[in-house]
Formats: sequence, structure tokens, C-alpha cells
Amino acid sequence: MPDPFMTLGEKLALQGVTRRTFLKYCTSLASLMALPPAMAAEMAEKLAKSTRQPVIWLSFQECTGCTESIARSHSPTLESLIFDAISLDYHHTLQAASGGAAEAARLASMKEHYGKYILVVDGAIPMKDGGVYSTIAGISNYDMLIDTAKGAAAIIAAGTCAAYGGLPHANPNPTGAVSVSDIVKDKPIINVPGCPPIATVMTGVIAHVLTLGALPELDEQKRPKVFFGDTIHDRCYRRPFYDQGKFAKTFDDEGARNGWCLFELGCKGPVTRNACATLKWNGGASFPIESGHPCLGCSEPNFWDAGDFYRALPEPAGKVLTTAAAAVAAGAVIGIAAGAIGRRKKAKAAAERKPVTSDDLK
Amino acid sequence: MTTSLAQGVNALVDVIDRPIAAFFNSCVHCGFCAEACLFYTETGDPRYTPIYKVEPLRKVWKQHFTVWGKFLHALGLSKPLTIEELREWEPLVYDACTLCGRCSAVCPLGNDVTYMIRKLREGMVAAGVAPEGLKGAAYRSLTIGSPMKITLQTLKATMRDAEQQTGLTIPLDKEGAELMLILSSNEIGLYPEILPAIARIFDKAGVSWTLCSTAFEATNAGIQIGSSDVARTLVQRIVDGAEKLKVKTVISPECGHAYTALRWDGPNLIGRPFPFKVLHITEFLDQLRAAGKLKTSGHESERMTYHDPCQIARRGGVVDAPRNLIDMIADNYVEMEETGIANWCCGGGGGVSSIERADPLRRKVFSKKKSQLDAIKVTTVVTACANCRHMIEEGIEDNKMNVKVVSLTEMLAQHV
Amino acid sequence: MNDADFLLWVRGPGMIIAVAVFVFGVLVRFLEMWLLGKNVDLAEPKGAAFGAGVRTMFTRSAPCGEEMCDGGFVLFSSWAFHIAFVLIFLFLAPHILFLKSILGFGWPALPKALMTILAIIGIISMVALLVHRFFHAVRNFLGKTVDYVAWTATFLPLLTGYLAAHSPLFGYSMSLALHILSFEIFIVLIPFTKLMHMFTVWVARYINGAAFGRKGVAV
Repeated sequence: MPDPFMTLGEKLALQGVTRRTFLKYCTSLASLMALPPAMAAEMAEKLAKSTRQPVIWLSFQECTGCTESIARSHSPTLESLIFDAISLDYHHTLQAASGGAAEAARLASMKEHYGKYILVVDGAIPMKDGGVYSTIAGISNYDMLIDTAKGAAAIIAAGTCAAYGGLPHANPNPTGAVSVSDIVKDKPIINVPGCPPIATVMTGVIAHVLTLGALPELDEQKRPKVFFGDTIHDRCYRRPFYDQGKFAKTFDDEGARNGWCLFELGCKGPVTRNACATLKWNGGASFPIESGHPCLGCSEPNFWDAGDFYRALPEPAGKVLTTAAAAVAAGAVIGIAAGAIGRRKKAKAAAERKPVTSDDLK
Repeated sequence: MTTSLAQGVNALVDVIDRPIAAFFNSCVHCGFCAEACLFYTETGDPRYTPIYKVEPLRKVWKQHFTVWGKFLHALGLSKPLTIEELREWEPLVYDACTLCGRCSAVCPLGNDVTYMIRKLREGMVAAGVAPEGLKGAAYRSLTIGSPMKITLQTLKATMRDAEQQTGLTIPLDKEGAELMLILSSNEIGLYPEILPAIARIFDKAGVSWTLCSTAFEATNAGIQIGSSDVARTLVQRIVDGAEKLKVKTVISPECGHAYTALRWDGPNLIGRPFPFKVLHITEFLDQLRAAGKLKTSGHESERMTYHDPCQIARRGGVVDAPRNLIDMIADNYVEMEETGIANWCCGGGGGVSSIERADPLRRKVFSKKKSQLDAIKVTTVVTACANCRHMIEEGIEDNKMNVKVVSLTEMLAQHV
Repeated sequence: MNDADFLLWVRGPGMIIAVAVFVFGVLVRFLEMWLLGKNVDLAEPKGAAFGAGVRTMFTRSAPCGEEMCDGGFVLFSSWAFHIAFVLIFLFLAPHILFLKSILGFGWPALPKALMTILAIIGIISMVALLVHRFFHAVRNFLGKTVDYVAWTATFLPLLTGYLAAHSPLFGYSMSLALHILSFEIFIVLIPFTKLMHMFTVWVARYINGAAFGRKGVAV
């Protein structure tokens, strides 16, 4: 049984990971986080000395996609490194225990590491009807969040559902789903949106918190600027086609097959901030646009309600034609009425008009 | 009736129609109409901007005929038209507009401002707000039969003079004649030479014509003051006379607004098409020329130009006829730079010359015609409207110019 | 409200409200004018009114023929701004997408470089016309508050569109949202201002041309 107090450095040494290899990993980690190369050595030292950071992962109204994303590993990657560097004390999908034992583990970790554990949340939190629409062990998500957040050092809202409400929050939001930020106001929160977020992005954020003991620089939506600073559009490899006005008009036309810009097919790249165009997915294999599908904008709030996925940004999101037709009908009625009133007024004036006679000109 | 603001507004409500609504909807305050208006260009006073002159009409339109305007009025956010406003606008609408039509021809949005001014005058007359001079002219037209007190007696005296001069008989009330001639007060009063001139030409061309004792006055003061009622009465006299004498054509003389009143407004005033044709004297003479019935001899060698009366050319469609006639006899003819339908007004039409108060302004804006004449250095101006002739003569005298003004018909008569 | 929600609002409810007010307002305004009717002209015409009327609908855009007026600065600038505005509205690719979603059909776009030049021309000519209006006796005199409101409503889509396309001052989402909002304000104001002229000018010009044409005068 692994020694819970063994440092990461000691553990890696046991596994045969040389110091040189470890430093290489930290260098790539530093560059990933856009940190100066000199930080790599500092990170390596800190990581090596670290005892495993407790992490409690709460899963609420979610599809487990975020977990699936972070768990993808085709080869030894940072993901596996992170799982070695942390002590994942509670996670529905990954933990061995279940039922009462699982809850007990959570409570024990909270008590023992009070004020020091990192809380990761994926999924939204339903508020309607006392929060009955999602419960764990008979406890509503809301209650569990409030309770667990108390002793957290920081909270990472992983995925669009936790960051903004995501799919459960979408119209008509029958469960009254809200985001973590809507509920927790007194703890530092990092939003890592995406549906799901890119694996490397999630692990990069966790790694940053672990090694530097501080939150990365966040934007006004609490997203790490290093990953969410640019829009997809600004880093998209198909941008030259956009600039030249070369657009795919349908999914299988010549433009599409030539890899032209997908703007007219509804791509939300220009208004979506994420790292998909640079880091890409599945170890840098590809990303939706590269595979021929327009960006859904999945790391932005309310992307499910932002109009049709296949409706381009300049196009209206609502039923304009229907509205116009109704307005034509209403306008015709009022306009014809106004015209009729005008004519009647004229007729009355004509009838009441007295002729000008010589008496009027004296 | 007794004129009043209510009657005035009533008249305006009656005359506002689709064209006026379209025009007010379209005005973008571009100011092109001002630059086409003699009264603005020669004074620099922006109140003479044509579309500004019809502001009272716009108010009535907005408050009575637009949903938005009615809504604002109901909220108390717009005030109704007042008699003071009409009085304030009176000099703009009457003294500073000859209904020359240049603004209507220029407006990039297609606004017929001339039409709007004419309609606004309907309301003003009904409200009793019109210049004394025009009221007097209209009164005399209705009661005596002529704005300048020309009676049948005066006409007969003029006829006798003409017969003595020419040795011809001037026909009066000849039933079955081909055409009936009407004359303007200006001609009978100021330029009676026109009658022997016409008689001579008609005789040489073998024209069957007549004057009418009950319908010899062409001037329509109703059009000038802007009252359809007055205009209708005056036109009806001519129609009655023409129908009584069973003529085929009525010849409108050298008078601008007489042509407009009879040719274009007449049928609409009496509510039915005319059973006779209406021709301006120059149109008729040109027809004679084209038919080979008009032979001339001799030439005029003076450097001369032709002033297009606004109601004849731009507002009447008679541009080539006078020139064809001049062409028969002029050796040294030159056009003004702005000519034909683009020509500038003499400044005295549309009733302006009847308004004493307007005299200084009218004389001031003659500077436009002066600059046109100066530019081409002519010694003679030919025209086909007695009022234009009078106005240009006055302007030439004011400015001590060395230019003669002649009537086209009179000049032609000297060569047949 | 954050940028994304604001963009969503202007694309969604904002556009619905604007289109409703615009369509309803224009129709009421047009019908209340049209239905006032026009008297039949009983005088014998000298020329064909219909042909002249139709002709004048187009030729009045160049009113200074036959030395009727001095075209000059205002005419030139107005042409420049109108052409820029109309061409950009109809032929910029994202605008065609917008119109296609409503009409059901689109058409080829013009090159972006040309659109940029036109936008700059449009902006400069509009500013020049505004400045000119302040300093010209007649235009300053005629100009009312509503004229300046209409100018602003027309100018903002041009300016915000240019900014959204070239250097999003506030980020792309906000810049696009402001541009769409400025368009919505523009169309909402059309039925309430002289901007209505874009619909009524054809009626006015026709009536004018026909009236002159009946008399055998071509202006």
C-alpha cells in the first residue's frame, strides 16, 4: 500500500522516472502555462517535495464527460502525472468505494484537510423544489456544495455546466439549474468551461494550483487567461480562408472538402474563447473545425440557447420571418384604418368647407 | 362665409392628399430647393427656403394625418396651428414665391414644393390671411371682371384703336369661329399694341377667330391668391363663353398664369374635361408656322435672347414653339446660360407683382435676371408674358441697363 | 449582463422587437400616406405621365441637369454616402447571410477590400456632411434635433460595423453586438423620422415626374 506521506519525488523515483525526465515534464508544463522557462526548475522542486494534495471532486448534474476528458490518456502524459500528484479522495466514477463508505471518505478528507483541499465540481446544481432533482446519498447538490465548499482552499468549476449552468440550465431549465459561482460567493473559483474542457487545460489548471499554490491569472469570467485568452477564430488554422471570403456553404460542398472556413455553417469561433485551435484534442490530434464541423461555442455561457448551432452569427437567433409577417398583418390593419380615418376627415372637411366669396376679399 | 382659422385649417385638411403626404415624408432638409429659389439666392435669407415656406401645411398634415403626429398631439407634445403663425408666414408664401416651379424641378427627393405652396394658399385665403393687393385683385376680378378694372368698354376702345391701326375688323362674339382669343389685363392696360399685332398675324394666316364680350379676361387672380373658388368662377366664364360661341380652341395670350389657370387647372376646377383645346399664343403661332401659314420677311439684327416665362416653359411645356418663331426672324439670337425649363423667374409672377409690400424684395431679386442678361450682353429680351415683360422692364430701369424688352407676338407681327 | 448574453439578446429578442416595430411602422406610415388618394387630372396631357414618372424615380438622383442647380459638395457627398451604405448593406458577406436567413435566398458578395474602402468613404462623407450642415445657412436653419438623431442612427451602424470588422475595440462579441444593436436602433427609427424617405422618395419622385411629364416637361 503506497505510503500516503511519500513525496511525489520519492514516488516517481520508485517508479523509475529520472530527475531529468521529470524536469522535462515540468518544462513542458511551464511552457503550457505560458510561464517563464526559469520557473520549470522551481516547479520541479516544489512538485518533488509535495505531499499529495487532497482533491475532492463533486459531480452534480453532469454527464461525466468532463471526467472522461481528463481521464483520456493514450500514452503517459501529464494527466497521469497529476493523478499521481494528487490524492483524489472522492470521485464518483474513479473511486473504488461506493455508498456509505464513499461518503465517509469524503467527510474524513474534509475534516482532516480542512482549509487545504481543492474542490473540483462538475455538473450544474438544481435549485427548484428544494433541489430534489439531483441528490447524492439523499443530500441535495446544493447542500453538499455549501457544506464541502466551507473547507476548500479553492474551487475549480470544471466544464460548462459547473461554470455557467451548461445543458441543465438550457431553455426551459426545468430544474432551476445554476452554476457554482451562482451559489458560492466567498471562495476563490476558477471556471474551466468547455463541453467538455480539453484534458490538457484541466490538468494544466490543476497543476498550476498545485505547484504555485495560487490561482492562475483569470479573466472577468474567472477563466484562466492563458487558455481562454484568445478566441478560436483568432488562432484557427482556417482563418486565411475567412479573410479571403472562402466559405463552405453546405457540409459536403467543394468548399467544405477543401477545408474552407465554416463561418457560414454556424461556426461560433469568433465569439468563443478556448484553446481548441492551439492545444487541440486527444493529445493534439484534431479539433471540431479541423474535422469539418463548426465550433459550437461550448465554452461560452448559454451556448445551448445561443440560437441554432448551424445558424451563422450574423443571422438572427429568433423567428424574424414570423415576426415580420405578423407585423405586416398588424401594420396593414392599422394603416388601412388610419387611411380610412384620414379620408373620412377629408370628406368631412370638404363638406364643411365654405366657398370664398367676394365678401371675404373686401 | 366669414374667414377664420377654423375655415383655414378646414381648407388645408380638405386639400392634403397623397402627394403632399409623400412629399413631407420624403423631405430630408437637404436645402437644394433653397438654391433653386430666386428669393433665397438673391437675399441669402434661409426663411425663403421653399420647403420652409410650407411649414404651416406640414404641421396640419402631421397633426391630422399621421398616427404618430396624432399621438404626439394627444399627449400635448405638439401645438395646433395658430392664426399668428399663418400671418407670420404670409409674406413668405405670397411675397417671396412666384410659383415658378424651380424648386419642384430640382428637389432630389421629388417634392413638388410649388404644389404645396399653392395648396397652402387655399388655407390662407380661407383664414383671411392674404396680401391686400391680391385680395383686391381677386375682388375686382369677381365683381368687375378684371383685376385691373378693365371693362368691356375698355376692351371695345382698345378694339377700335386696333381696327384703326390695322384697317382690319376685330371680331367680337362671332359664333362658330375656330378660335376664341382671351387677353390679360396687363396687355389691354399696359401693352394694347398686342391686339393689332395679333389681328395682323391672324389676318395674314387666314385664321378664323373672335373675342368674347363675356369672356375676354385671361388673368386668373384666383390662382394667384390661391382660392379654387375664385379661380373656378373666373375659368367658368371663359368656358361658358367658349361653349356659347362653339369655338374649337381658346387661345391664351401672353400671360403666364393665365395659361396655367386655363390649360392645366381649368378642367379640374370645373370638374370636367374641356370640349375645346387650349393653346398658348406662341403654341398656336408655331402651329401656323409648321403648317406653312406664317410667312415672314426681314430680320432682327439686335443681339437678343428669350426669357422663358415660368408658367409657359417649365410649368407649361412650351419651350420650343417660341424659339421656332424667333428663329424665323432673328439673326443674332443667343440663349441665356440657364435656359428653357432651367431658366430663372423674372420675380413678379404668381401674384407677387400685385403685392405692394413685396416691391422692394421683388426688385432686389431681379439681380438674378440681371446677372443672366449681363453674362450674354444682349440688347433685347424677347418674352411671351406681359407680366414678365413689365417686371423685366422695371428691373432694367432700376439697374439702368441698356436692354429693350419686346413681346414675341408684337415682334413677329412686324415681320409678317 | 456579459458580452455573450448581450450578443444573444440583440440577435434574439432585440432583433424581433426591432423588426416588428420597423415593419409595422413603415407599413402604417406608408398606408396612411397612400390612402389619402389623389385627384384625377382632367386636363388633356401633352406627354406620357407614367413613363415620365418612372424615369424621374431614377433621374432625380442627379437633379443638376440642364443647369438646374450647382451639384457640388453636398450632391457628391450624398452620392458617396448612399452608395457606400447600400453596397455595404447588400454585398458584405455577413450581411448577405443575415438577409438570406430572412429572404430564403442569397447572392454573391463583393470583396472585403472594396467594402473597407466604401466604409471609409461612407464615414468620411457622413462626417463631412454633418460639419457642412452646421456651417451652411440654409441647412443649419432647416436642421432640427430629429435630423441629428437620424444622422447618428445612420452613422453608428457604419462606424460600429467598420470597428467590428477591423479592430474590435471591446472584443469581438461586444463589437458585433453593438453593431447589430445600432442596426436595430436604425430600423426602429425609420418610421419615426425622415429616414422614411427611403420608401416614400419613389412615390414623391414618381408623382413629381408624372406631373411635369403630363405637361411635356422632362425634369
